Amino acid sequence: MAEPRIDVSIEHKHRPDNSDGAGKHPNTCPSCGSHYRNDELEANLRVCPQCGHHFRVRARERIAQLADAGTFQEEAVELRSEDPLAFFDLRPYTERLAEAEVSTGLGDAMVIGSAAIENEACELAVMDFAFMGGSMGSVVGEKLTRAADSAIERKVPLVAVTASGGARMQEGILSLMQLPKTVCAIEDLRDARCGFVTVMSHPTTAGVLASFASLGDIIVSEPGALLAFTGPRVVQQTTREKLPDDFGLAESNLRFGHLDAILPRSELKPFLGRALRLFRNGR
Amino acid sequence: MAADDERHLRERLTKLRGLPLLRGTRLSGDAKRLEQQLERIEEPEPSDQEIWRSVDLARHSERPYTLDYVERLFEDYVELHGDRARAEDPALVTGLASFRDRTIALIGQQKGRDINERTRRNFGMAHPEGYRKGMRLMEVAQRHGFPIVTFLDSPGAYPGVAAEQHGQGGAIARSQALMARLTIPLVSCIIGEGNSGGAIAIGLVDRVLMQEHAIYSVISPEGCAAILWRDDAEKVKAALALKPDAAHCLELGVIDEIVSEPKGGAHLNPDEAARLLGDALGRTLDQLSSVPGAELREQRRERYRRIGIYTAGATEPALRGGS
Repeated sequence: MAEPRIDVSIEHKHRPDNSDGAGKHPNTCPSCGSHYRNDELEANLRVCPQCGHHFRVRARERIAQLADAGTFQEEAVELRSEDPLAFFDLRPYTERLAEAEVSTGLGDAMVIGSAAIENEACELAVMDFAFMGGSMGSVVGEKLTRAADSAIERKVPLVAVTASGGARMQEGILSLMQLPKTVCAIEDLRDARCGFVTVMSHPTTAGVLASFASLGDIIVSEPGALLAFTGPRVVQQTTREKLPDDFGLAESNLRFGHLDAILPRSELKPFLGRALRLFRNGR
Repeated sequence: MAADDERHLRERLTKLRGLPLLRGTRLSGDAKRLEQQLERIEEPEPSDQEIWRSVDLARHSERPYTLDYVERLFEDYVELHGDRARAEDPALVTGLASFRDRTIALIGQQKGRDINERTRRNFGMAHPEGYRKGMRLMEVAQRHGFPIVTFLDSPGAYPGVAAEQHGQGGAIARSQALMARLTIPLVSCIIGEGNSGGAIAIGLVDRVLMQEHAIYSVISPEGCAAILWRDDAEKVKAALALKPDAAHCLELGVIDEIVSEPKGGAHLNPDEAARLLGDALGRTLDQLSSVPGAELREQRRERYRRIGIYTAGATEPALRGGS
């Protein structure tokens, strides 16, 4: 008999949430089973009106939710991943990249730019899980670095919204090097006394959690988000430990002291506005 | 180094091999590293057998571990225990020692030789408390101006419930952040397997020395195979795709020097392996000791800020991947 295979592929993870349970109506909330209309869900910031389940938000939509209308100016649009290792698993990396670009309309898994939130100038760096599981390779590392530099230059705080499965394996050791790279960029930001707020959205794991995301002056998250260096499946497999029900979730992280707050999505923008005002008044 | 020289080196590198790694990208590193990259690229590409052999040797059960080198290279070794907050983590050892007439601070991942020690050392997989113990030692070293030497040899940071609850990700991030702030010389020696966040947690340094048959990777071959091939039996394919061997790491500019091992691997002659590593380490510390602290820190950050291979200004983005 074939060995049972454990599927932890990011391709599967970034299917739309409503694909759980084949045969169900496509617009079914995975948490409470209620049906929703797309326009209603969008108007409610992609939070289930019935049970409050937080659906994933794509980068551009997140920017639209957070930035004051018309203030976002994208930067480093032109950066694209290379394939330095000529990486080939079941498919070539170049093919995965091209497909991700076509399906998401993004150049890579992070969008950066200047913006205002509640009239407070800031720099935004927003990740998109739909682009190869939000994985961090050379482009994400470079964009975060440029976002930090742009914040330093304009003496404004940096707000990062993370959503990532970790470092991008297809760029091998260069992806691991994006951890120290982003850490160094954030250290420069700290030296310049610019504020740094991270919003860890579902999921923020592995290499991104173990680098810039954890270095925020203020770290907040959303209800039910998975924030773990190692995800529950691997921990279970490796250790055979019984996992607590809330293993790795934002709620557990808050209890153990790794987060400042868990905010429902509707409170995120006012919270960021408040934080940005405090950083500006302190300068 | 003059910009012209650097450009010249890059051009030579580009001509030598049409690697995508050189297209419109900024190569990392200073002159010395560029030169070493150039020399490396002039040599033949490591074969699949050579890459897999390194993966095997890096994890050989008789390969010298951190404390085997400590014993052979250092004098007056004083091991320091505990993170002063919660626990003592034997998977990561810290201490002060004398190395060729200078005091250094040592932080090293330590596997176990027999089953009891392996269990006690948790197979070299540290908890957050281990990284916090390392950070405590970094502060001691900074206070007294001792250079820090880190030994990387771990399958990864421990993936357990308590490790997560105690903040594994945050500990790895903050350990790196502290290393980016220090104004003392920092050197890493990759002596076995340097895997993932567990390795880089103590690997943000001024110079990286890597033994000939060590490996340095974003994920273990087994982990990569389980995720991308959905079958951890495909570890050989995964290892070959990840290219974690020293030659590729040097070529990509993430390490500074390959340290030779005795013929057949470090485990066949640990004394000779230690001598070779000690010589490289001594030379490296000598070079760094003359650089002012603030400059060290600036160059260190610049070193990492420059690592990455990407293009800027693609004209036909949607089609690029197919070419």
